[in-house]
Amino acid sequence: MRKFIEGSMAVAEAVKLCRPHVISAYPITPQTHIVEHLSQMVADGEVNAQFINVESEFGAASVVLGASAAGGRAFSATTSQGLLLMGEVIFNIAGLRLPVVITVANRSISAPINIWNDHSDAMAIRDAGWIMLFAEDNQEAHDMHLQAYKIGETPEISLPVMINMDGFILTHAFEGVDVISQEEADSFLPPFKPAVHLDVKNPVTMGVLAEPQWYMEARCRMQEALYESRPVIKQAARDFKGKFGRWYGDVIDTYRIDGAETVFVAMGSLIGTLKDAVDDLRGKGEKVGLLKIRCFRPFPGQEIAEALKNTRRVAIMEKAFSLGASGILGDEIKAALYATPYRPEISTFFIGLGGRDIPKSSIVNVYNQVKAKQQNNVFVDLKTELVK
Amino acid sequence: MAVPSTIIYQYLRSKKKFPHVWCPGCGIGITMGALLRALADLEVDKNDVAMVAGIGCTGRMSVYCDFHTLHTTHGRALAFATGVKLAKPNMRVIAVSGDGDALAIGGNHFIHAARRNIDITLILVNNKTYGMTGGQYSPTTPSGKFGSTAPYGNVEYPFDVFELAKGAGANYFARGTVYHATLLQVLMKKALEKKGFSVVEVISNCHTLYGRLNREGSAVKMIEWMNENAVNVKVASKKTPEELEGKFLIGEMLNIDRPEYCERYEQLIERLGGKSKAQNEARSPQHEAVEQ
Ligand SMILES: Cc1ncc(C[n+]2csc(CCOP(=O)(O)OP(=O)(O)O)c2C)c(N)n1
Ligand code: SF4
Repeated sequence: MRKFIEGSMAVAEAVKLCRPHVISAYPITPQTHIVEHLSQMVADGEVNAQFINVESEFGAASVVLGASAAGGRAFSATTSQGLLLMGEVIFNIAGLRLPVVITVANRSISAPINIWNDHSDAMAIRDAGWIMLFAEDNQEAHDMHLQAYKIGETPEISLPVMINMDGFILTHAFEGVDVISQEEADSFLPPFKPAVHLDVKNPVTMGVLAEPQWYMEARCRMQEALYESRPVIKQAARDFKGKFGRWYGDVIDTYRIDGAETVFVAMGSLIGTLKDAVDDLRGKGEKVGLLKIRCFRPFPGQEIAEALKNTRRVAIMEKAFSLGASGILGDEIKAALYATPYRPEISTFFIGLGGRDIPKSSIVNVYNQVKAKQQNNVFVDLKTELVK
Repeated sequence: MAVPSTIIYQYLRSKKKFPHVWCPGCGIGITMGALLRALADLEVDKNDVAMVAGIGCTGRMSVYCDFHTLHTTHGRALAFATGVKLAKPNMRVIAVSGDGDALAIGGNHFIHAARRNIDITLILVNNKTYGMTGGQYSPTTPSGKFGSTAPYGNVEYPFDVFELAKGAGANYFARGTVYHATLLQVLMKKALEKKGFSVVEVISNCHTLYGRLNREGSAVKMIEWMNENAVNVKVASKKTPEELEGKFLIGEMLNIDRPEYCERYEQLIERLGGKSKAQNEARSPQHEAVEQ
């Protein structure tokens, strides 16, 4: 049913459809509305789950770890400082191969204190072993939750999934969202059958000490499982399209890329703005296109390289970077292309950090810059007078 | 016509950081006023004070006060304050936290600061909710009360902050309210003068969120409720249990003299024949340069 709802509500509705057993969270802007909606749904008996507002994100992540280990479907949501505080447990959830789903309402990291959107939070824990998906709009965010549990709970994969959606820009935006019905959801997402779980009849030990003789093997298996999840993620997107008719790409998506000499690359809600900018530029006869990275982990290097093979220039626009090094997407895309004969000219930009607005004019500026010459790690719309 | 006192202006970034972000009528302003007047009474030089705050409406105090201020991450005020105190034992270190900051996400630091009995004064604004993030229930929300994450009432039990501070080892605990602003100032003064870990719990109003969700009325109504329901510990012993039913205690509830952490640390250094922090500080040319 089509509803005019807030992004956070689109998420809450989707989580409800997934029939979670345990939801645990600690409030933090701009995630709060998601868990407030869910707590109301639980209290009203619309969701048959246990909801607990714990004493910190560290506690929330630990609770969902425990719930998942006990064989329950578990959900949490957080952002920014909260995600960092979860850090230790985030690594543990992945290492224990527990298919928890967490929604991250992406926000910058302090200091200085800033509550607005960028991708610094997700990027800070990118090496934890989670499948990381980025939603472009609220419909995709809604739909992604069903796909996320389906992917993570696939027995051979058994990995947690992080759904990233831009804080405020998506979480607080009202738009029309097709809310899936419970029957349809149930036919897409079967009940959770854990590969292993804590069971008195079949005792197992989780989180054992791995001596040097086999720690490396456990990590290697995680790496393999992440790679193996790529076809599963693609299949989930195809199945979803088959059932609901909606398609957002699988691990990547492209927009007007045929014949494009310059291709923008980005993740999250920026894709929407970029699509408009691409349309404008195409209208003026400029040969531009767009590559959306929907799945950041596992990194779809082959798919990206394939999509960029006929392109002359690539403009990578990132809402985070690795301090002291470089752009994260930029470096990973360059590495992916290095394994191929394709050598487009790559320019990298940092944009919208700490919630700075990204008008279409900024994108047009970026386009003019890359057309003139290759650019490296440019801070878009930087107030140069403040950094002297 | 009486002219309002401007004594606290010396401690405020009045030209730079105002107007403040607090809702009109919020008790945090009264709390800050009482604290600054207590410091003025003690004739404290603002350069001798470090104010360490976590995140929350309460934590915003560190933006408006013109001390050395450190606005940290949510829940860590006391942990950062411990670091400040260890590096500068002669500095007066004041931590300001909401109930969420001090008792939920930072609850661990609260009990350990008390256990160490380190010379920090904690001003704990208890508005029974997470104000800044929208009125979710906190570890001081009474059972049955509403929060934005407890739409049909809270099923958890709240902390008794006094018992917690006492049990964990604090030297001083007092509770005040934003109605009893003068008493609050007196209690804060005593806490500031006390060696060791001292806590002043301030019962405050978040009428915007907690008050609205619990139908407790305007700021004025909530503050009047404090007047009607607070019982000073000095008179509580003369009251019957029936008379005390539903009331809460205010005043000085704990005042002991367990040796303080930094002092014990100094003693240890002395016993082992080392140079104390204070001696080191006095000799450091860097320190002198800073003092100039
Ligand atoms: C790690 C982390 N989690 C959550 C938050 C979001 N947050 C900011 S303030 C706050 C709670 C505020 O409540 P309290 O400490 O009681 O202070 P008040 O606003 O009521 O004064 C929360 C949950 C955060 N900043 N950092
Ligand atoms: S939200 Fe509540 S605690 Fe925060 S400033 Fe407003 S009244 Fe005060």
